[in-house]
Amino acid sequence: MGATIGEEQVRHVAALARLALPEADVSRYARELDRILEHVARLQAIDTADIPLTSNALVVAGVLRPDEARPGLSGEDAVRNAPAQHAGMYQVPRVLDGA
Amino acid sequence: MELYEWPAHRIHRGLVTGEVSAREVALATLDRIGQVESSVGAYLHLRPREDVLADADAVDAALRRGESLAAFGGVPVAIKDNMCCRLLPTTCASRILEGFHPPYDATAVTRLQGQRAVLLGNTNMDEFAMGSSTEHSAGGVTRNPWDLGRVPGGSSGGSAAAVAAGEAVVALGSDTGGSVRQPAAFCGVVGLKPTYGRVSRFGLVAFASSLDQIGPFGRDVRDVALLLGAVAGHDPADATSRPAEVPDFEAALVPDCRGLRLGVPREFLAAGVSPEVRAAIAAAVDLLVELGAEVQECSLPTVPYALDAYYVIAPAEASSNLARFEGVRFGRRAQGTSDYVEMFRRSRGEGFGPEVRRRIMLGTYALSAGYYDQYYGKAQQVRTLICREFEEALSGYAALVTPTAPSVAFGFAEKMDDPLQMYASDVCTVPINLAGLPAVSLPCGFSNGLPIGLQFIGRAFDEETILRLAYAYEQAADLRHRRPPIVAPRG
Repeated sequence: MGATIGEEQVRHVAALARLALPEADVSRYARELDRILEHVARLQAIDTADIPLTSNALVVAGVLRPDEARPGLSGEDAVRNAPAQHAGMYQVPRVLDGA
Repeated sequence: MELYEWPAHRIHRGLVTGEVSAREVALATLDRIGQVESSVGAYLHLRPREDVLADADAVDAALRRGESLAAFGGVPVAIKDNMCCRLLPTTCASRILEGFHPPYDATAVTRLQGQRAVLLGNTNMDEFAMGSSTEHSAGGVTRNPWDLGRVPGGSSGGSAAAVAAGEAVVALGSDTGGSVRQPAAFCGVVGLKPTYGRVSRFGLVAFASSLDQIGPFGRDVRDVALLLGAVAGHDPADATSRPAEVPDFEAALVPDCRGLRLGVPREFLAAGVSPEVRAAIAAAVDLLVELGAEVQECSLPTVPYALDAYYVIAPAEASSNLARFEGVRFGRRAQGTSDYVEMFRRSRGEGFGPEVRRRIMLGTYALSAGYYDQYYGKAQQVRTLICREFEEALSGYAALVTPTAPSVAFGFAEKMDDPLQMYASDVCTVPINLAGLPAVSLPCGFSNGLPIGLQFIGRAFDEETILRLAYAYEQAADLRHRRPPIVAPRG
């Protein structure tokens, strides 16, 4: 049986997950993920025709609450843990060019 | 019994009658921490001694004013490092949350503080609760008090070890695939995963939202019943918390099993479960029969696939939940990047440890275009089958009896190089999270001085029956006074 996931796919998945992965680790991740996926492939043997998907085992449907204003976090509290902030806002590297 | 070994219900009686003061109780636990914490390493963050004593003094003052005392008033407690608490940094044992001070409290923490519990600190864990040994922590090593050369289990290993070692009277953990019950089994204490929705998840840093529950640890079943009662109940801030009455769990503690039909699912005793664990479970079943239970073997044929379904569903949910850690709103930010996306990538790459990265990758893959139906869809269908099998079994039986873990506590580094082997230590606990059911683990014997865990699985929102069973077993087996020696391994 061939590998389910190769090194190229590991790089692709890391990019999707926005996760910097040292190039030296790629082959190890490929190997480990491949073993896990191979194990998980056992699920394919189970007949699940017409079986619905569970999203939540004991879901409480349609939870509503009165639409009332309640105290929340202050702006100051909300940005207090930010690695960089400016004037009560989160500060990030420039997103748009030429501004 | 030393004061630091008193259970919460005994402390409560002592405080109410004036036999002890909350300050004496706090000092006893603080002294115990001073003696053994350097060996055990249960805590990640301890509150300053003077703050702990000030909280205890406030309880004593309230008692002097004639105020009534809640069950955990004046009781020294610990919480896991993934529950927001304004008094402590909350880091999930991850570098990415280094120095994070939550601006709000988890509801479970608020409820304990509302009872005037004396918070000691927060405990070590596998990073973001992903692991079964507490070895995946950026915050250091926690050792099993029964054998310092072995792991305490995980992910709530710090909470379990703290309670076992007398460094806290009770503690809270969280259980996504066994993270309360498995360390409870390894450390010889009682640990309970409530029904999904019984305890608010508000303020619990999310791992897999459809599986996570906060659960109590104690040195006896009564403390676990009381602590569950203290934190359970509807919370408008968690839409999945059940708006149901919270029963008096202590009232459920009846010391017999008369009239209860129990099932022993054979799949939980399959290959992979060690002979000493099997023997201990068989002996426990005999004792349950003596106590009046009717016990039969039963089968849940899809359960052997639960681990596979779990290791698709939990990482999928985690990959989504952990997207919020990007170095913008909180936590660690990689330095020296001028590009927005590059900053995300590097902050996450530097901040997350190897197991968390592995699960994010696994989950991202399982949810990615072209693979979603094959992995995530299939796993959620298998989950439906598992839920149905539990429902059917529990329509005939009041509860199910299984081991909590397939073995006793294992050694450090034994499973760190093989993720699949590590995952397999959750084989007896994961199915219960998929079905959302309550389950409790308590000690049922020892093998070479290491505790073995017995698990009772109950019907949804019927924690009372499994607490009754656990209590009846505990009273009859009389293992609860056996305490760990906390001795270093030889050699």
